[in-house]
Amino acid sequence: MATAGQQTQSAVDKTAPLTALDIERIRREFPALHVERDGVTQVYLDNAATSQKPKSVIERIDRYYRSENANVHRGMHYLSEVATQAYEESRKKVQRFLGVPLSCEVIFTRGTTESINLVAQTYGRQSVGKDDEVIISAMEHHSNIVPWQMLCEEKGAKLRVIPMTDRGELILEEYEKLLSSRTKLVSVNHVSNALGTINPVRHIIEKAHEHGVPVLVDGAQGAAHLPIDVKELDCDFYACSAHKMVGPTGIGVLYGKAELLNKMPPFMGGGDMILSVTFEKTTYSSLPYKFEAGTPNIAGTIGLGAAVDYLESIGMERIAAYEHELTQYATSLLESIDGVHLVGTAREKAGVLSFTMENAHPHDIGQIFSDCGVAIRAGHHCAQPVMQRFGIPATARASLAFYNNKEDLDAMADAIKKVKEVFD
Amino acid sequence: MSSNRALYEQVILEHNKKPRNFHEMEDADRKVEGYNPLCGDHFTVYVKLNGDVIEDVSFSGAGCAISKSSASVMTMLLKGKTKKEAEGLFLKFHTMVTSSPDSPVDEDDLGKLRVFAGVREFPVRIKCATLAWHSMLSALDGKDESVTTE
Ligand SMILES: Cc1ncc(COP(=O)(O)O)c(C=O)c1O
Repeated sequence: MATAGQQTQSAVDKTAPLTALDIERIRREFPALHVERDGVTQVYLDNAATSQKPKSVIERIDRYYRSENANVHRGMHYLSEVATQAYEESRKKVQRFLGVPLSCEVIFTRGTTESINLVAQTYGRQSVGKDDEVIISAMEHHSNIVPWQMLCEEKGAKLRVIPMTDRGELILEEYEKLLSSRTKLVSVNHVSNALGTINPVRHIIEKAHEHGVPVLVDGAQGAAHLPIDVKELDCDFYACSAHKMVGPTGIGVLYGKAELLNKMPPFMGGGDMILSVTFEKTTYSSLPYKFEAGTPNIAGTIGLGAAVDYLESIGMERIAAYEHELTQYATSLLESIDGVHLVGTAREKAGVLSFTMENAHPHDIGQIFSDCGVAIRAGHHCAQPVMQRFGIPATARASLAFYNNKEDLDAMADAIKKVKEVFD
Repeated sequence: MSSNRALYEQVILEHNKKPRNFHEMEDADRKVEGYNPLCGDHFTVYVKLNGDVIEDVSFSGAGCAISKSSASVMTMLLKGKTKKEAEGLFLKFHTMVTSSPDSPVDEDDLGKLRVFAGVREFPVRIKCATLAWHSMLSALDGKDESVTTE
């Protein structure tokens, strides 16, 4: 009894650092961390691609389909009321989680990619004209490159790129030189999925605002690993994906400042986003519904609410602190092995460890890892310009989450030794 | 553990470390680039023809062990072969790597190519194994352009 009591207590004390015991308890809540293949429990180090899900999220979605399923915002009937309430409750949870001032500033999308495209196709098409400029960085995911390229092509505008150093840190002096009266938007990632760099987004935002330029932060790799407060950051848009934050796939968030969102045209037309429709004129709904055309991903949204609850029950400060410690451990392991080169050695770094090996191609590294029961990703990580910047075709990438432990990283080191055995 | 040993046969590892005919060819009649966007494998295959016969063949570039060793073995096998023979070999190779992992491998028929039988267990690696071959066939077809596996 005493131990159980202590455990519950440590779960609510969000100032105490996460202990090995806490992590043990947390790991038990993630069924997919216990998948075995040929008797070997698989080690999951591909969290930058997608995270695993705790039982509370899986069961919440299950409960929705079993006992709450109905369309939202439409029915007068009981189930629709329950579904609508759960759906809107998730919006409030996300609002709290990201520090969003108004709940109508939380827009549900399919994910980061859709959030960015939404801004490009609405704010972007409205505000960016010929010879205007959009600034991104040299370490963006393709989903924060291509939508802007498409926009610039359509408008005759220019895409400008903040360069980075060999460590994988943005060169802020160069960024400031890029800002001008032609700049209409800055869009940068919070944390690089290829290098792990935590970008100084606050500073980036401050500088852009000095020029009256709004900033979108791609938080796909930020929201699950760092405490986020969009009000404090003062970003104009923040995009993230539930599936990388222990939530389900197919659902994500766009935060936008209401004053901007109100001025933007709708993204898609359809049901739910209108007040009234005649063949002559349609009046659009107010925020957030203006941007949520059609039946939304109700189960996903409710699952995201449960995911946010889960993360908050641990505490993002503690998660960030624990992951930082794991990242340092992983870094020292990798640095201690001959022939392993870390790609991305920024001073501010999250748990993304990209590396290459002298005698083995990343694809072969990934294969041997898989055979050792360790899941990592090998490839360009949807960031080909990053690979080009470092003159490499691909990297192997281990990416961490708070449910990983040192044993997982020791398994990584063992797998690397296996790679060396085969290829050296 | 067993499956990777089967994939990374000694012969494959050896060709990966010391690829044969691994150089550019200034006086090639044709050269074709092959690119696998998934993993960044990127090779150029060079061919010198004498009528219908492949007089010389080489390759350059970078890629994973499977794609590199496959390119290397291919260049060894194709020197002196006719276009038709090359196509026949590729057909056999392709049939083998895309067959089900437990179907029998005719070792005599496949010769050196049989070391790639392990690829059958790893469908994503089929593209690696066949990249250089696709470039080669494209070169033999008189095309002078790049091919990708996508
Ligand atoms: C930095 C970054 N931006 C954007 C995305 C795209 O996210 P999604 O595929 O969930 O839309 C990812 C996903 O890998 C990412 O890592």
